[in-house]
Order: sequence, then structure tokens, then C-alpha cells
Amino acid sequence: MLRGRTFRSIRLSLRAGLYLLLASQVAFAAGPQSTPSIFAPASTPADEVYKLSLFVLAITGGIFVVVGGLLAYAIFKYRARKADDNTEPAQIYGSTQVELAWTVIPVLIVVVLFLTTARMIFAIQDAPKPKAALDVTVVGHQFWWEFRYPKLGVVTANELHVPLSSEKTPLPTYLKLLSADVDHSFWVPQLAGKTDLIPNHVNTTWINPLHPGMYVGQCAQFCGTEHALMLLRVYVDTPDQFATWVKNQQQPAVHDAQVATGRHIFETQSCMNCHSIAGTPATGRFGPDLTHLMSRATLASGATLNTRENLREWIKNPDHYKEGSLMPAMQLSDEQLDQITAYLSTLY
Amino acid sequence: MADHTLPIAGSLDVTPPRAADGTFLERLHDWVVTVDHKKLGILYILYSIFFLLVAGAEAICIRIQLFFPHNHFLGPQVFNRFFTMHGTTMVFLVGMPILFGFGNYVIPLQIGARDMAFPRLNALSFWMTAFGGLLLYYSFIGGSGLYGVGNAPDVGWFAYAPLTAKAFSPGHAIDYWTLSLIVSGFGTLGTAINIIATIISMRCKGMTLLRMPLFSWLMLVVSGLTLITITPLTAAQIMLVIDRYLGGHFFDTQAGGSALVWIHFFWIFGHPEVYVLVLPAFAMANEIIPVFSRKAIFGYPAMVAASVGIAFVSLGVWAHHMFTVGMTSASNAFFTLSTMLVGIPTGIKIFNWLATMWGGKIRFATPMLFATGFLFQFLIAGLTGIMLSVSPWDWQLHNSYFVIAHFHYVLVGAIVFCIFAGIYYWYPKATGRMLSEKLGKWHFWLFFIGFHITFDVMHFLGLMGMPRSIYTYEPDRDWTLLNQIVSIGGFIQGIAVLIFAYNLIRSYFKGKEAGNDPWDAWTLEWSVPSPPPPYNFATDPVVESRRPLWDLKHPDDPDWKYEA
Repeated sequence: MLRGRTFRSIRLSLRAGLYLLLASQVAFAAGPQSTPSIFAPASTPADEVYKLSLFVLAITGGIFVVVGGLLAYAIFKYRARKADDNTEPAQIYGSTQVELAWTVIPVLIVVVLFLTTARMIFAIQDAPKPKAALDVTVVGHQFWWEFRYPKLGVVTANELHVPLSSEKTPLPTYLKLLSADVDHSFWVPQLAGKTDLIPNHVNTTWINPLHPGMYVGQCAQFCGTEHALMLLRVYVDTPDQFATWVKNQQQPAVHDAQVATGRHIFETQSCMNCHSIAGTPATGRFGPDLTHLMSRATLASGATLNTRENLREWIKNPDHYKEGSLMPAMQLSDEQLDQITAYLSTLY
Repeated sequence: MADHTLPIAGSLDVTPPRAADGTFLERLHDWVVTVDHKKLGILYILYSIFFLLVAGAEAICIRIQLFFPHNHFLGPQVFNRFFTMHGTTMVFLVGMPILFGFGNYVIPLQIGARDMAFPRLNALSFWMTAFGGLLLYYSFIGGSGLYGVGNAPDVGWFAYAPLTAKAFSPGHAIDYWTLSLIVSGFGTLGTAINIIATIISMRCKGMTLLRMPLFSWLMLVVSGLTLITITPLTAAQIMLVIDRYLGGHFFDTQAGGSALVWIHFFWIFGHPEVYVLVLPAFAMANEIIPVFSRKAIFGYPAMVAASVGIAFVSLGVWAHHMFTVGMTSASNAFFTLSTMLVGIPTGIKIFNWLATMWGGKIRFATPMLFATGFLFQFLIAGLTGIMLSVSPWDWQLHNSYFVIAHFHYVLVGAIVFCIFAGIYYWYPKATGRMLSEKLGKWHFWLFFIGFHITFDVMHFLGLMGMPRSIYTYEPDRDWTLLNQIVSIGGFIQGIAVLIFAYNLIRSYFKGKEAGNDPWDAWTLEWSVPSPPPPYNFATDPVVESRRPLWDLKHPDDPDWKYEA
């Protein structure tokens, strides 16, 4: 008795879980979520995948209920009873008809699933690129993201800005994915499935975001020590916001005479070997471009918020926020730290 | 047909009384130099159980680290080493050896042979496998080259290039990993050849291939598959060594090499490897489910065909691990289809097991509890596998906790459950004593509950966007509670495994005497004493059907009357 009931209740609770999943589409309002659920799509490919996933869930859920139900029934019905005559049950060696049936039915299910899936693969992967589409080149680094807008002359890091698209005026963003070192994977669940960034190999993907806001994601291919803190933000801006952002990013760095000492330290220490600041001699490419550092909300690829104190601590000892990040602690004096922090804090 | 009343001459018990044991050193020496398939089988299994505890402890540490966001229990480097070692250990030092251990122990007994075809190769294979395991764990001491602190591989068990290149992984940790897999790989190849030769040439009189018990059949299929799959892995490892030490550029992307080549090689090995692990688990279920349902296996020919079919199809599905690497839409569609096709023979197996139970009198002794858990979990694992084969959905699910949940459903929910079932089933044969049923039930229920707490919840974490291989996560993602539930389930499983280990030791000394045939089973290994004498069978057995002991016990209604 107990066993049958236990199995049934497990089955029931699993089924409840499934309903919970299906209900989650109602629970999630459209737009960005702090939990990057794949069931809260806010962009075309993610949305199509979501609809396909519901279809597949329905079919597999149906199979689960039928087969799991039969199993639970068999366990309950055919368990050996205490008062048993100890005879062996009837021996049945097989049945061609029955076996044929449970071969043919799965074949049919596979055909349906495959055709539905194939249609979706081609629709997403081979979608023609509209003329209006924005191009962004994404370069994966251990352990941060470089974003380059070749047509706009903008370079930034870790926080991708893209324009809002709509049904009426589609404005998708096409991402060209490259890697500077090892394999990475670009994944913002609410916008699209993931695509890997592989060195010496060009990949592309696209997003067509339909709700403004900030979407979180992160690297989804293990890439070394700080893979976990290779976080990613995508800001979907309204067209006006996006134009303003682009205009600001296109400017060279702010030049503020008050922080000249800090700038001098930056340019005489090793900082500029790895970092670029447009309009200055700093043209390094190993680390993120700092021209508009203060326009970003986070530091160290999302490891911490971009506040003045965090910035100072990050420069002083990068391992404090991100143990194993490739930025070295430069052993600067407190005064130098203050001055560099002051300089970087002017880079809006 | 000849005389059916006593078809198995081997069941005559002419065992001499257990020989005097000798001194401890003599006994130890005996275990080291042994070429007896039973002793080697037991060595394989003990070796695997040891590493099961080690890799399990690593998993527990991983789960403690993930209990809180921004936890500092393990640093990122230690965490990365632990998940790499957990995966590598569980696949190569637990999964493979334990399944070959069962093969070693059971196959000769089941096909009526006195030993494996090549007993010395058998011993060599085991010791190579064992040496491979030691090499891997020696990296904790010698990984950085014996100066200063040690280190272990920290690149994931899949070890994607170019992260394994000298530029990104200095020191010797990767080299220990590579050498360990090459060495234990050769051991595995030796065992696979041995099993094939044994099954092809050593079957007793009357045991045609279609009368061979399904356990042996599936081990034959697995061994063939092993020969095919270990080769690309070894090739890839050798390429990696050439890259690291001889200036090769196979995977050196800076010099025009290809990271994708490694991924292809790894998964051409890696996917069939899953079937190398799961088919022996099916093999055990094929023995246990009929015996405890008191019915012949339903659709024996279909079971054989489905196993061969799974092995065959499994060779053409590897790129479903690669839907996100940027293959063409046509390739994605092809591997979607080939992967879905696996579901058909797998479905046949599940239905046949179900039909075997249908109309039976199912005895829920511990082996059957685990086998039933296996059936239920394998059904779910298969269905999540279908979800993952839908490549657009896989673009979301790939490398998320959903995948972790899916493959632990296969590796733990199916394979480990079957291994436990198999140990409870054959332990009496190997030791002459029963494992405690009471402890066994505690073990089962705790493990079953812990398993579902952990791995059911992991699916949801994946759907909520949590990627694998991360040592920490952000509190605002709302993954904390579910991670804590997952960890608690992991601890419960840990307790269950400790109960199991205690049961193994305690029952060896205090367990009930088993006798030849404690489960009232039907294959030849149950006709000989427990533990069997070194020569297994006093005289060569002769069989007339798939269930020789059924024929013996039911002379009025023997199987050979019904078998086609």
C-alpha cells in the first residue's frame, strides 16, 4: 500500500512541478527579470524557443504521465502479497503485436517532434538579416566581454547596449562572436539561447528585443578560474536613449586638468599596456576599454558595482572581488590609488 | 532434445571445504598476483567504491560551496579542481571500472566458463586501470611539478581546448589528467577485448548467442562499443600531449589550430561513453527485474536488438553536445534527428521491462527497489534527453543546471541505482553472505529521497538561467533557496552511501549465510556455491534455454519449449 502511494504522490508532485512551469509564463510579466528565466522571453529567438519548449513539454509530459502511470500501476497491482501461494506467475515471453505497437508509436512521436524542431532551427538560424540591423562584434576574454560597434565606432565592455526593436519597425542586433583566448559562451536567457565564442572561429547570433530594460546573463562555457564572474548585462534602450548613449560613447575621453596627476600615473604605470582610453596614449587591448568607464554600472565584468570605493579597492587588489582575474595588483601607494581613482572617476 | 531432468552438471557441489586462509601477507600476495576473474572483478568493484567515496566527498564540498551566494568555503581554483576531479573520477575511475568489474565477475559464471579468455591480460588491465587512477590523484601532489604546492586539473572533465594549452594551463596537472586517461584507457581496451573473446569463444555447451543471458549480451555490446569509443579519446589525448610538449598545433588556435577539433574528438568519445556506462546498467536491470518479478524477460530478441541499436545509433549523435558551437542549420537538424532516434530503442527497453513486471509477483527486496527506482528515473532522464535533443531549446538548456540534472539522472538515477541493485543482487554470490535488508532499505529510501531532492530541483535552476561550472552566483538571481535544497539532498545521499559502505563491511562478517541461490534465480551463476570455487564449475554445464535453472526447477514446464 505504502509503496504504491509513495510513488503516486511523487508522480503527482512532479506533475505539479510541470504545471508550475507552465504557469510561470503567467507569473512573469514581460520585460527584464532579476532571475534570467528561459520562460520569461523578451526577444524574438528566445520567444520562439519558449513556444517550442512548451510544445515539447506537453508531449514529453504526456509520455511521462502515461508510462509513469503504467509503472506505478504495475508496482502497486503486481507486488507480491504476504498471503501468497508461492506459485510462479504465468510466464510470458513476448508479443509481436504489442512490441510492434510500442515501436511504431514512438517513431510517430519522433517524426512530429523532429519536423517541428527542424522548422524552428531553420527559421532562427537562417533568418535573413534585415538592412536596418545593428552589428556588434563580441570578443570573449578571460574573464570579461569586449563589445565593438564597427559601424558606430564605439568600443565598450561587459555591458552591451542595443536598441529596442518592435513588431512594426524591427531593429534586431546581429552579434559576431569571437574569442581572444579560450572558449566562452554568450548567454542572456531572456533574449536568446547561447552561442559559443571560439578562438579562430567566427560565430553569429541575433537578438530582437521587444521590451526595454536591463537583462542579465553570463558566460556559459567554462573558461577558467573566474568563469563564474564573467557576468554580462544587456541594456535594451529606447531609440532615443540608444542614440544618446552612442553619441556619448563616440566622444573621446573627458579631459579634466584637475586629475592630471592621476592620468600621469595611469600613463606611466603598466595600466596602459592593457587598457585603452581614447584620446590618450593608452591603447592596450588586453583589458576593457576605459574611455567611458563611468558610464558603466559595474566593474570587473559585473563582479561589483562601479562606485568610487569599489573602484579604488579593485585597482588596489583585484583578487578582492575576483580571485584569479588577470588584472595584477600594481602595488600602488595609497596616494597613487587615490589619484588614479580620481582620474578614472572623471571618465563619463 | 536430450535428457532434461538434469541439464546442469555444474550444479553438483564438489567444493572442497574452504581452504585454510594463510597469513595476512600470503592472502594479500594472493590478491595482488591473482588472475582469477572473480578476484579481479571484486578488486575492480572495491577500487570503484573507494573512488565513489572520494568523488562523492568532492561533490559534497561543491554543494557546501554553493549553499550560499558568494560563499568562501572553496576558492574558485579549488572549486574548479573539485568539479573537474569529481567528473573525471566518476566517469573513469568509478563508472567504467565498476561495470567492468561486474562483467568480469559475472560473465564467466553466467556463460558456464571457468575464467575469462585471457586471465593474465585481465590482471594487466585491472592494474593499468588502477595505476591510471593513482596517476590522476597524484596530480594533487605533483600537479605543479613537485615544487611548492600541488594542484589538480581544473579544466572540467571535458577539458575543452585551448584552455588545456600550456599558455592557459601551465604546470603538470593537465599532463597527469592526460596520462591517467591514456593508461586507464589501455586497461579498459584490454578488458573489452577480453570480454568479447570470452563471450565469443567460452560459452558452455548449448548456450547459443540467443540463449545467452541478457547481462552477458549487453556486456558484449558494451565491449564492442568501448573498442570504438576509447580510441578517439586516446588519439585526442596524444594530440594534446604533442601540443603541450612537442610544439604541435592541433588545438593551438593562435597558430591556426582548431578548438572545434578537440570538441569533436571528445564527444565522439564522450557520447558513446554514456552508453558504455548505461548499457551495463541495463544489463543488470535485465537480470534483476525478471527474477524479482518472477517472470521471464519480455521480448528477449527485441531487447537484444534494441541494445545493439542503441550502441549503433549512439555513434552518430555526438554533436548534440555541440548545438551551440555554431554548426550549420543542416547539421543541427541532423543531430537533432539522430538523437531523437535513440529514444525508440530506449523506449522499447522501458516498455519491455514494464511488460516483464506486468502480471508478475514483484518482490521488493533491496535489489528490486533500486531497479524500480532506476526504471522510474530512467524514464524521466529519457524525456529530458528528448528535450535537450530539440536543438533550439538546447541553445537555452545547454551548459545550464538542466543539463547537469539530466546527466545525473542518467549517471546516478539510472546507472548508480543499477550498480547498487547489482551489488545487493550479486554480493551474496561473491561473499556467501546476504547484505542486510534493513540497512539496504534505509540505504535505498535515503538515497532515493536525497536523489530526488537534489536532481529534480536542479532542472528548475537550469530553467532559471543558472549555468554549470560556476563556483559562486549572485544573490539577486534568486537561485539561493533552490541551491540550498539541492545541497541538502546531496548531504542525504552522502549519508545513504555511508550506510551502504557500513552494510558492505558489516554483512561480510555478520550477514546471513546466502547459500547457492538466495534469490531463486535462473542463470548459471546461481547453480554454483557462494562464493564460487576458483574453477567455478566442477563439470562443464549444459544448457537448453535462456534460463537453465528455471528448467531445472520446473522440469514439467521448461523454457526451451517456448523459446523460438
